[in-house]
Amino acid sequence: DIDDVGHKYHLELVLEDILDKDSTVNCTAEVLYHLGNKNIAPDVQFTIEGELKNTDEADNTFYNRIKSLEKELVAENIPDSHGNVSPEMEPIRLLAWVASGYVIWQNSTENTKFQLAQIKHVKQVKRSDEYLEFDYMILLHEMVSQEIFPWQMTVLWHPQHGVQVTQDSRQPKHALE
Amino acid sequence: QLDFWLAPRSLGYPVDVRVPFPSLQPLKAHLEANGISYSIMIEDVQALVDHEQTEMLRSHRRLPLSTNTFDYATYHSLDEIYTFMDLLVAENPNLVSKLEIGRSTENRPLYVLKFSKGGTNRPAVWIDTGIHSREWVTQASGVWFAKKIILDHENDKGLASILDKMDIFLEIVTNPDGFVFTQTQNRMWRKTRSRHSGSACIGVDPNRNWDANFGGPGASRNPCSETYHGPYANSEPEVKAIVDFVKNHGNIKAFVSIHSYSQLLLYPYGYTSTPVPDQKELHQISKKAVAALSSLYGTNYKYGSIITTIYQASGGTIDWTYNQGIKYSFTFELRDTGRYGFLLPAKQIIPTAQETWLALKVIMLHARDHLY
Repeated sequence: DIDDVGHKYHLELVLEDILDKDSTVNCTAEVLYHLGNKNIAPDVQFTIEGELKNTDEADNTFYNRIKSLEKELVAENIPDSHGNVSPEMEPIRLLAWVASGYVIWQNSTENTKFQLAQIKHVKQVKRSDEYLEFDYMILLHEMVSQEIFPWQMTVLWHPQHGVQVTQDSRQPKHALE
Repeated sequence: QLDFWLAPRSLGYPVDVRVPFPSLQPLKAHLEANGISYSIMIEDVQALVDHEQTEMLRSHRRLPLSTNTFDYATYHSLDEIYTFMDLLVAENPNLVSKLEIGRSTENRPLYVLKFSKGGTNRPAVWIDTGIHSREWVTQASGVWFAKKIILDHENDKGLASILDKMDIFLEIVTNPDGFVFTQTQNRMWRKTRSRHSGSACIGVDPNRNWDANFGGPGASRNPCSETYHGPYANSEPEVKAIVDFVKNHGNIKAFVSIHSYSQLLLYPYGYTSTPVPDQKELHQISKKAVAALSSLYGTNYKYGSIITTIYQASGGTIDWTYNQGIKYSFTFELRDTGRYGFLLPAKQIIPTAQETWLALKVIMLHARDHLY
């Protein structure tokens, strides 16, 4: 508890590679939730002890596959109602997961717990430069309120330059009720 | 009356809007007058919806012919589950019967399976799944539990001994209206489908509608909220049916309400941080049940009271049942912890049901050995 500033948490965690359960790396982090203005994202500082696995091969395979598509990629409901994700869509889903992490971070307080629930829709946006761009419509599930928030996010990715969320906005709960 | 399907975000991005018929001409005129270009994506939304409905009815899967050929490793429709129940009863008339305990808001029957080796009004265990409709692994697990009881009631010593003394009641689809809605309209629907006057929003959270600090902190009085408690306790027929059943039965000794996701085993209270008088015992049972669950596939569960483990919640099921005197009141939150969340892949149904069953047996055995 830091007077006039906020609440700081010191964390020790283990990161586990979901694609390789035996691959883990230790991590320490400090998270500061600001007092007062709930519209500021918490401050996060972290240190990763060791190295993350090299993913160049998988990155390049995915990159080249998308780059060589004749028509822009379009997909919906990932996973579907039964939890299925086709193998070709798995990287699209992982990308959304990473990108949603940014959106979640920007919108988190000490009283929220967000998870990516589903990709409702994803559309590739062709670019003239080397980046891949995807326009996602995702559903975020917030555990405490149990609400589902539709959210739009524009995601840029490149094997060497990583992930960027260039634009995101919460969407209205439209006429699905 | 404009219904935005893609809200305005910033310059250069399209906006999608559904326009009711009377607003069509005025809107077109307005856009043209302001030099805003538009294109029509769907001429007639209603036609599309109607078409989808007929498609879904037509591609309706063939109903199962026996509980031995039933596919437990996939998610089923309400009709398929109700057919399954009838098949189970027909195949095992001496062990299982089907009771209708009430009707949902949309007038769907609320069915409970009763597993009994005889006696009259024996002490009983109650298990419910699917009270929150989007938690699909729970209804699917309920179906598996029903079959498991039939398969094991003689050869499994623990289960056999439970059924020697107690009856088991199992409500598989506790919220059928919500369940159908998750299959036809919105996979993420949680609540019931009731309409209460004064709001355009539909549905009440059936796990905030019980008479246990009803309306207190930990529920919402906003009808549009996912945790809306409803206009009054037991306003929801799905909840009232269980309340009436429990009170009329009068001899239920263990009550387990099953949800997903988060991998937790919880006991009361949710509405207050005051521990229940039986806290120590419930905590011990939980520890043992979780150990049994984990022993199968290594799935990690946390356990504790609702308020200390998950969040404050008022009007909750097991807070009410505990206060009714049902000491062994528990809630499960099944797999996973968020990777798939509500959309748990079907291939995890059976492993989830199997491990959960081990925990349920711990609870049922303890109840059998500590009848009160």
